[in-house]
This record gives sequence, structure tokens and C-alpha cells, in this order.
Amino acid sequence: MKKFIRIASGQGYWGDRFDAPLDQVKEGPIDYLVMDYLAEVTMSIMQKQKLRDPNLGYAKDFIPLMEDLLPLLVKNDVKLITNAGGVNPVAAMLAVREIAERKGFHHLRIAAVYGDDILSHLDSLIEGGHAMKNMETGAQLSTVLSQVSSANVYFGARPVVEALEQGAQVIITGRVTDTGITLAPMIHEFGWKWNDWDKLAAGVIGGHINECGAQASGGNFLAGWKEVPRMERIGYPIVEAYPDGHLIITKHESLGGLVSEQTIKEQLLYEIGDPREYITPDVIADFTTIRLEQIGPNRVRVYDVKGRPDTPFYKVSISYADGFTCIGQITYAWPEALLKARKADEIVRKRLAYLGLKFDEIRTEFLGYNSCHGTTAHPIDDPNEVIFQIGVRGKNKSHLNAFSREVVPLVLTGPPTVTGFGGGRPKLREVIAYWPALLRKEAVQPKVLTMEVL
Amino acid sequence: MKKIQLVRLAHARSGDKGDTANVGIIALRPEYYPLLREKVTVEAVKNHYGDMVTGSVERFEMENIGALNFLLHGALGGGGTLTLKHDAQGKTFSTSLLRMEIEVPDNLEVD
Repeated sequence: MKKFIRIASGQGYWGDRFDAPLDQVKEGPIDYLVMDYLAEVTMSIMQKQKLRDPNLGYAKDFIPLMEDLLPLLVKNDVKLITNAGGVNPVAAMLAVREIAERKGFHHLRIAAVYGDDILSHLDSLIEGGHAMKNMETGAQLSTVLSQVSSANVYFGARPVVEALEQGAQVIITGRVTDTGITLAPMIHEFGWKWNDWDKLAAGVIGGHINECGAQASGGNFLAGWKEVPRMERIGYPIVEAYPDGHLIITKHESLGGLVSEQTIKEQLLYEIGDPREYITPDVIADFTTIRLEQIGPNRVRVYDVKGRPDTPFYKVSISYADGFTCIGQITYAWPEALLKARKADEIVRKRLAYLGLKFDEIRTEFLGYNSCHGTTAHPIDDPNEVIFQIGVRGKNKSHLNAFSREVVPLVLTGPPTVTGFGGGRPKLREVIAYWPALLRKEAVQPKVLTMEVL
Repeated sequence: MKKIQLVRLAHARSGDKGDTANVGIIALRPEYYPLLREKVTVEAVKNHYGDMVTGSVERFEMENIGALNFLLHGALGGGGTLTLKHDAQGKTFSTSLLRMEIEVPDNLEVD
């Protein structure tokens, strides 16, 4: 057994810095590279792409990246685990295989993890007694079923471990949890059992630290952002995992960024609920047991983590179309910029009423004044400039289209010293709403397909 | 006693879970944590945010890292892709909470 393994984060979300994964493989030794691409809204975009072309439905940017990344992975003997497969991991795997064949990487093993996409079985699951009620509202899924655009179960580390055991060097998954792709190598390498709850929980915490990329290593770091070196080439986090379940969080020395107790604490708090029960498909991790210790520059030890048995459910992420939004902006300059922006708001709202346009919500914000901090913001007497932003949401597309014509005319019809209308009419965006639900684990089976490049 | 803004006692990070914003605040020094726990109560936080939070506020203690995690329900205008808020994911709720003032002992050492 290896004394430890290094699992490097290469991507915090689809659209993150493109060369970070390349740097992680080039700038120092690692054993695994993990890349998270998926968010709830992403799955629905990918389903639309797959509808148009059955060979699509994965993170498209991932394939050109592999032209550069795959040779580095092969040269440095690094395994890649990524959920870039979206709603079509097999198609993504075939696209990677084509690159591998062209570059002559014979006998390279590539795997796809799928089975998470339940969009086409929703009816039969509901008939089979799996209600998948909305976890927040308790509403029945049947009320939105006709608008559903994607439905995926969140798998944990299990199918990824299976792919690793089949010898895959590149594993492309569908909706596997962000934490599962970091946990899986630890289980595979150290032979952890599926009831080693404390170790599994430690692995999940390693995953939580890796899942947002540089947000654990000096990015978006409130306590000391001015002291973070070389953010232009920030080093993404690397989890050094040990067989007993402790971790050391670090980064490549040649890159910028910072790993400290404070950077790790901020990331631990990111998007968590009750810290005593961080629920994943494999284990419930208790964030109140985590201990941190700075043991050297850019090295933080994570230890003493406790976990509890997993639940009988998978979380399900269902997205459905739910109307449209449209948001317009224009900018007013000093003097009395805020007063002008407020007048503009009054005018637009009167116009909407005059035209008989109806919306579920109309919201006004003053950017540069208090759009972020609202009523907690410090009042400014006479701001240098204010961006007036007004947005509407509704189901009636023609009313939304009519709204989109109402902001730019303010330039010649409303208060003076106004600019920033170069973008013209604001565009409509389809609202993809999110339906969180649970599904009993026995209702769905993960699948693993491994191929060897000829 | 003197009044002091939380920004001098804690750092923070925030994010979204549906229509709920989570705000974690972390003591800048270990000795500040008991003060945060005593003064930054559910009621104080609810009062601080006022109309910005339409639902309830929950608080969780993380003594192990000197932190408090708050869930602000109904804070994100519907959340996700529904919201019309510029800060759709509540990313800036973190420093919004750090504007809050609390009473601390006169002899408390603060950078």
C-alpha cells in the first residue's frame, strides 16, 4: 500500500481557470486529478444539447482540454476522475478514446460511470411508489412533470471505486457528487471498508476542500486576500490522504496561492447546512469534529474527523422550466445619481402598469449603492454613479418581451446624465427551477463501462 | 463595554442552498469565539438583516474551528435561477453580517 496519495483539484466549476488542471499535473507530483464540472442548472443545459445531438450532453470544453491534458496524465502516471460526462458520460468517454487512439496511447483504460440519469424513468419510478416529493415544499412531482428538463441521482464514490478497480486511468462520470470523486481514490488505494465511517467522512471533507478549486487555497479569501501570492497563477489545493484517515492539505510550491488554517476554515463553511450532518451518498460527515493544524508553510493537517452511517436515500436533482426572467440596467452619473435612478424606477413601473403587463415579481436594485448589502449597507449621500437595475419574472413570454423594450428608452425620455445602454434591449432567460428530492437507493443502479484503447 | 464591528473580530464566507443563504463567521483569534457565541445570536442576526431575510434564521456552533454557521431562509429572492437579485448566490452576505456591531469588554485587544 502507498504511504499516502496526492489528490489534486483541477476545476471548481464549469468555466473555472482552463489551465489549472494542466498546472496541477505539470508543476509537481500528484497521483490523482479530480475535476468538478456540474451544477444543477448545468444538467438541464446538457440535456438540451443531447436532445439536439445524441452525441453531446457533456462538458464540451473538457474534450479540447484533454488534447493537452491526456499526454501529461499518461507521462506522469496520473489518474483523472471527473464528472464532466454530464448527461452523456459514454459519449464523452468515446470522444476521449478518439484522442487517445490518435495520440497512440495503446492499452490506456477509460471508464464511464452512468445510470444516474433517471429522466426517462420518472413515470415508472412514480408508478413504483417513488414519489420524489419536493424536499422543501412537500409538493408532488406530478405537478411539474411535463416541464421537467433533467433528472439525476447523485451517486457517491462507489461506482468510481469500481472503475478504479477495473484499472481505469481516466474516469468520466455523470452526476457523481463533488466529494465522491476525491473520496473514491482513498477507498481504492487504502482498502477502506464501506463502514469505516470515520475514514469515509475524512475523505468527504477532503472532497469538500477540493470541490471549489482555489477557494480553499487563497481564492475568495476574506481574512487575508491581500497577502495571497501570485493569484494570476494560483495553485489549486492538493489533498494528501493517509491510510489512517488523516489528510494534509497543500499545493504545489511553484504556484501562487496560500493554504492556511484560515483558508481551510473559510472553505469548510462554504455552502453547508447543519455542520453535524453533512449528508453524502456514502457517509454522514460531522464537521464539528474536524481538527486543523498548520504543520508547515502551505501545509494544514486535517484529523479526528468522525462520521456516521449513510442514509437509505440518494439525493435527486430535478430541473424544470418555470417561466422567464429579464433584467435591464442603465447608469446614472452625479449629481443626484441615486435620485435619478429612483425616478427611472418609478417611470418604468408606471409604464408597466400603463401597458397592463403582469409579472410574478418585479425587483429593483441600485448597483454601486446597496445591491449587495441591502439595508445593512452604509448610506452614501450623493454617490458618483449608480446603476439602475430592474428585473421581472413571469410565465407570459409576451409580457416579458414587452418589458425588455421599456428600459433603454429612458435614455431620451427620463432623467439626465445617463449612459451604459450599449447592450441594447436586455435578453430573456428561461428559468430553470430546481426540485430537490430523495429516492431510495435500491431504485437505481450505477453502471460502469470500461474500455481499453486499441 | 464598547461597541465594535464584527469585521474586526471575525472573517466569513457565504453561499447558497436554494433560497437559503448560509453565512459562516470565524473568530480571528480563539479568544473572540466565546464573544461571538454570546452576542451573535439568532435574534441579533435576524434583526440585523431585517427585510432581507423573509424566513427564519438558524445558527449552528462549530467550536472546533471557532465558527458559527447561520442559515438565512428566504434570503435569495427565490434562489437559483429564479432570483432577480444581482447577488443571486448570496456571496456577499458574508461581509454584510460583518457590518454588525456587538458590545465587547473595554479591555478586549483588537487589531
